[in-house]
Amino acid sequence: MTSPSVSKTSPEALTLAEVTRIREDFPIFGRQVNGHPLVYLDTAATSQRPLAVLGAMRSFDLQHNGSVHRGAHTLAAESTELFETVRAEVAAFLGADADEVVWTKNATEGLNLIASAFVNASAGRGGPDADIFALHPGDEILITESEHHSNLVPWQEVSAHTGATLRWIPLGDDGELRLDLLDDLLTERTRVVAFAQVSNVLGGIVPVSRIVARAREVGALTVLDVCQSAPHLPLDLHTLGVDFAALSGHKMLGPTGVGCAYGRRELWKAMPPFLTGGSTITTVTMDHTDFIDPPERFEAGTQMTEQVVGLGAAVRYLQQVGMPRIAAWEQMLGTRLAEGVTTIPGVRLLGPSAGRPRTGLVSVDVEGVHAHDVGQLLDAQGIAVRVGHHCAQPVHHRYGVTASTRASTYLYNTPSEVDAFLDALSGVRHYFGVGA
Amino acid sequence: MSNALEDLYQTIILEQAKARTGEGIEEHSDGSSHQVNPTCGDEITVQVDLDGDRVSALRWEGDGCTISMASASILSELAVGWDIDTARDRITTFRTVMRSRGAAELPEEEFEDGIALNGVSRFIMRVKCAMMSWVAFEDALAQALATGASHATGTTSAGVSHC
Repeated sequence: MTSPSVSKTSPEALTLAEVTRIREDFPIFGRQVNGHPLVYLDTAATSQRPLAVLGAMRSFDLQHNGSVHRGAHTLAAESTELFETVRAEVAAFLGADADEVVWTKNATEGLNLIASAFVNASAGRGGPDADIFALHPGDEILITESEHHSNLVPWQEVSAHTGATLRWIPLGDDGELRLDLLDDLLTERTRVVAFAQVSNVLGGIVPVSRIVARAREVGALTVLDVCQSAPHLPLDLHTLGVDFAALSGHKMLGPTGVGCAYGRRELWKAMPPFLTGGSTITTVTMDHTDFIDPPERFEAGTQMTEQVVGLGAAVRYLQQVGMPRIAAWEQMLGTRLAEGVTTIPGVRLLGPSAGRPRTGLVSVDVEGVHAHDVGQLLDAQGIAVRVGHHCAQPVHHRYGVTASTRASTYLYNTPSEVDAFLDALSGVRHYFGVGA
Repeated sequence: MSNALEDLYQTIILEQAKARTGEGIEEHSDGSSHQVNPTCGDEITVQVDLDGDRVSALRWEGDGCTISMASASILSELAVGWDIDTARDRITTFRTVMRSRGAAELPEEEFEDGIALNGVSRFIMRVKCAMMSWVAFEDALAQALATGASHATGTTSAGVSHC
């Protein structure tokens, strides 16, 4: 195959020497898969974790483990302090304040938490304060055709519960949202707009501020899925001006089981509870409960303290490396991927063409070969990619396929890994006897 | 490439996936079942006709990977002529072997070319691909029996492959 152009990185990008150093923090990259060195290109599903994250969780368990916000003993106090310190660190990482960050299991739970406010408020929960979330027939919820199921199905549910109409911004043939239709779709009837900053299939970067500006004009609330952006791009939620956001920790070097939802302080305050029970209350009698202020109002039951501590270490790791430098490195990898797949006969790039804004992620359709077969052949060469619909069936339907093959990078991937993927991909059709 | 991969993609599998024996459904059948593999969105519709207690026809239409298409094609070659008990027995054997993580093999005298699917059981992520058409067949058969006499118009049931 034709080699992609020599990679150019902006001056602020990481250097290969730095990335080589970073890889030493991830022992998993030392392992072999099917007799080949592991080439891990599935970060968009879940990232690998550095020793610093494991060390933080281990040290927490060995030295500090106690019940957060409960009891008076030293371990409980230390655990509470760590738990709340990480909240402030993650908030700072996102350009938010500590009391605007609610811990969740993952982004899916975060988005359900936010969506549930509209269901509960529409049923009268939360009183007049929660009217801002109450939806009625005639109101509209706007999403996009490129959403992950986790930012689509919860809004279908809200629509079913409230009678509000679900609408969406369609995808164009160019793999980007039809923002030329924005003013027609985002109108005075629109009460909430939910969308991802970066599609987990297409990899394109959505101009958030343009959608937020229009939403503000009509008084609609905005919900931003930052699962595929917060780990990879510098992010400042206050500057972006969104009302809510959600992410998963395990896609940004952290452990599974922890994520967070961001909301503007006054919105959290007005929101009725989601999961209820222990930790969410101030006063409980046999027939009535007063709920505590956010963020605790939305953190029912004992929380995933060890994972929160791990996420804190992950965020410190990312900040130490520097998000602008990570973003620039990944932009180089993404360009190399997009340009590279475009040169392979029978391989179609889904999403924006090379040169358009994208993260280090591409999905492709290999003509005549099912994605599962592509993934199997790549795995035999030690290359880990995602195959399937990536929890975004409508996106695949839009481009006439049921499944695709996705390669996604992170700060620890190298240009030679991208090339190994491109080489393996260019051999797929021959292996399955398709094409010339 | 690893030997395991060659086991998975045997020549027979690659050929059957292209041949797609039995492909093409009709408006009427004694029993019909639509199954979806939720991990990849692959889907298949299998139709069966019965003549007394024997499978007289098996037709299918679907979209999926090499393994799922080859499995459906092989099933079509095998199933016609089976009586109900044999069909149930073969489905059980097939499921047991596919779930065995490489510990069991399909008997050649019963499964003929189907033994090319033996390698699938060592790939846990691909077991559902091989099972999809067999689950649809099992369900279509149940539909045909539930609607009673052969050559009645059976109902189509839909489901998610629980393999």
